[in-house]
Amino acid sequence: MKVLMFGWEFPPHISGGLGTACYGLTKGLVKTETEILFVVPKAYGDEDANAARFVNASEIETIGTQVELEKLWGNISFIQIDSTLVPYVDEKEFNLCASIETVEKHEKIFRHKYDFTGKYGANLMEEVARYALVAANIAKDNAFDVIHAHDWLTYAAGIMAKRVSGKPLVIHVHATEFDRTGENVNPSVFNIEKQGMEQADKVITVSNLTRNIVINKYGINPEKVITVHNAVDFQGQEEIEIKRNVEDKIITFLGRITYQKGPEYFIEAACKVLKRCNNVRFVMAGSGDMMKKMVRRVAKLGMGTRFHFTGFLKGVEVQQMFAMSDVYVMPSVSEPFGISPLEAMRSNIPVIISKQSGVSEVLKYAIKIDFWDVDAMADLMYGLVTYPSLSKFFVRKGQAEVNSLKWEKAATKIRKIYNQVTDDNKNITNI
Amino acid sequence: MRTICLYFQIHQPFRLKRYRFFDIGKDHFYYDDFLNKSILRKVAEKCYLPANQLMLDLIKTYGKQFKIAYSLSGIVIEQFEQHAPDVIESFKKLAKTGCVEFLAETYSHSLASLQTSNEFEAQVKLQTNLIRKHFGQNPTVFRNTELIYSDEIGKRVFDMGFKAMLTEGAKHILGWRSPNFLYTNTIEPRLKILLKNFRLSDDIAFRFSDRSWNEYPLNAEKYVSWLNDVDEKDEIINLFMDYETFGEHQNKETGIFEFLRELPNRIFANSNFEFLTPTEVAEKHQPVSPMHTQYPISWADEERDLSAWLGNELQDEAYSKIYQLGEKVLKTKDDNLIKTWRSLQTSDHFYYMCTKWFSDGDVHIYFNPYDTPYDAFINYMNVVSDFEILVDKALENPKSAKKTTVKEIAAETKSTTAAKNKIEKSVEKPKKKSVTKKKNASATKKATSTTKKQVVKKKN
Repeated sequence: MKVLMFGWEFPPHISGGLGTACYGLTKGLVKTETEILFVVPKAYGDEDANAARFVNASEIETIGTQVELEKLWGNISFIQIDSTLVPYVDEKEFNLCASIETVEKHEKIFRHKYDFTGKYGANLMEEVARYALVAANIAKDNAFDVIHAHDWLTYAAGIMAKRVSGKPLVIHVHATEFDRTGENVNPSVFNIEKQGMEQADKVITVSNLTRNIVINKYGINPEKVITVHNAVDFQGQEEIEIKRNVEDKIITFLGRITYQKGPEYFIEAACKVLKRCNNVRFVMAGSGDMMKKMVRRVAKLGMGTRFHFTGFLKGVEVQQMFAMSDVYVMPSVSEPFGISPLEAMRSNIPVIISKQSGVSEVLKYAIKIDFWDVDAMADLMYGLVTYPSLSKFFVRKGQAEVNSLKWEKAATKIRKIYNQVTDDNKNITNI
Repeated sequence: MRTICLYFQIHQPFRLKRYRFFDIGKDHFYYDDFLNKSILRKVAEKCYLPANQLMLDLIKTYGKQFKIAYSLSGIVIEQFEQHAPDVIESFKKLAKTGCVEFLAETYSHSLASLQTSNEFEAQVKLQTNLIRKHFGQNPTVFRNTELIYSDEIGKRVFDMGFKAMLTEGAKHILGWRSPNFLYTNTIEPRLKILLKNFRLSDDIAFRFSDRSWNEYPLNAEKYVSWLNDVDEKDEIINLFMDYETFGEHQNKETGIFEFLRELPNRIFANSNFEFLTPTEVAEKHQPVSPMHTQYPISWADEERDLSAWLGNELQDEAYSKIYQLGEKVLKTKDDNLIKTWRSLQTSDHFYYMCTKWFSDGDVHIYFNPYDTPYDAFINYMNVVSDFEILVDKALENPKSAKKTTVKEIAAETKSTTAAKNKIEKSVEKPKKKSVTKKKNASATKKATSTTKKQVVKKKN
């Protein structure tokens, strides 16, 4: 079984959970004897299209990048196309030579298009379209059995690849436009998503929460939509010992500071807790379009010396932040899955998560609340920092629970879906 | 004869380093030493030293006819002591000529005058002591941080023994009246008020090198003709500006030094103006009326009010937090903590948090170490959080806290023992401190716990 997989980001270049999920998933799939051809654009957009930074073509076409990436990825070979799009091709322990040959072909095709359009990705939509174009060429030149596309940015690419090759398409919904923006959906994004879901042979959702959205808001046939919960992979993560810098208890919010993550509920709850006890500090780690508003709100509530912002944290800093925390809170308004509470539990921190998150479907030993229930949130924060036994219980049980969530399980489920769609496809062609 | 009064402000803050949440409780040194030193040295080379030399030359040329006034914040003097003793020496030379007056202000260029506590008076005392020590003058005229003034502040300034005070000739206060006269405080008519002529001051300070200005280029001849154009009945023209105007805001290639060198010559040749220091102005001229100022004014931005430092949520929170700490800080009787607290009061910290960037962004971003006002707020509050922990520790356990803070803040105070002594002098009962501390250790503890209870009560 060989899969042509379209992603938008991949470690180490990640801006959110999507890259991490793709990484875990591919690692799991490889164990089920599945070969994967993973395609991602070099320049990825953050979800905020305005903030999209695209690396220009000349920068990409350096050997340096290639060597660097080879080191990082060891046996994974990749193709370098010019422009803002660069697919890495994972051929599972295949050598480089073959793929490098294909490089030039792609380059030629793409060059041609470049001359034709005359400009590069002025906006995200254009990038999506260009990605689809490249996808068609890749689909033409490579042999595979299934196409698997992650999130709306790659749906168009998946559809193109399906048209060119006639192979079945599986799309993987990590988030929908409703999660990202609430009810203020961007119609063009919605349309791409809807089209992707309609054209797909199967739709994989990361939680039942997302499955319901796909069925209810996009009108997709429930039989076609299957939930495969995400897992978490802690391999290669070292345990770090951090000496705490303050004696106070620390309650942490870690994530993008955007509407979707519900930062304002965290702040309001923090204010309530601070009215009752004084030995606690709050940290909001991350950045995002609501950050300024949140800083203002904290100032307005007069808790500037008890509520801290760290800005965007990367790599080790995230571990460090977890290691310093006593409670982790994820008050997401709408979270298709949400991997960070799992990371927190793994770092021996009790977590409070919103019921409006996919991860709450798989966790038993996490405290679940409604994101809007600021009183309950404050109450639980207070309880967890004040009553050590409560906190200990969740830590002990949570650790075991989180270690049982394996990507292998998810991969097995997905492999079944692949088998099903390829069988269906064969039957159709045989008829 | 009509009067020109030249006055220059000199101040550089102790800028804070990038201080993250992770540093709280671990790192008790808050300043960006390297940045502060390099900015100070740069400005010293470009402005303070050459401008002082020029003033000295002018005084030599015109003798007692050419007079100027300076105001130096305690914080900038402290930095000169550390990184630019040559600047202090050149100011001393100027002081000896007898043509230069040094004014009083708050030690840390703070907004303490807006607080009801006597921190304002304490800071003024600190700064005047420092001026006396270095320049042998006892300031008799006061100028508040950024020329902030109100009736209330004026009253307090008079009560401290000052004869006159400088402020902005703000249009919304003056209305139809001219700034070119001497006024008095409303509550205390014995306090004279000198008002900045902002048009003629800003022609030099802001517009001098502005090529889009229809009067560009400005030369001394033209400027004197404008002085002559001022209504004949007007008595005083107060030209107040940042000293950094010469060589820094307007760099030397713009010809600002040549302008300044030529100006007195032209004034003496082509006009009936004389130069006087603020004290002489207050003595020579008769005040024309009281200037009623209910709400504080300043020389900053288009609004000429406090909105550069206070008003948005960030500034209000930062400002109220630092002054809330005051009582606790003073109770520690720890010189280092009190000193740090004062340097955190510097108005520049609040200035960096200003969100009204559109018209006056240029001035606000000058030497601003932060990308956004939000960064400035986050950084400042992290520092204050750590500082609060230090203060609480010092109150809980005076003896051990004293030890650790002295060690940890050693770097900060390594400057000079002189600077330390000066503060000790001003803090009340400094010598008793160590004795009382040992004796009253338990008493202080009690006091802390009660204050804590009170805090909790308040919050509930």
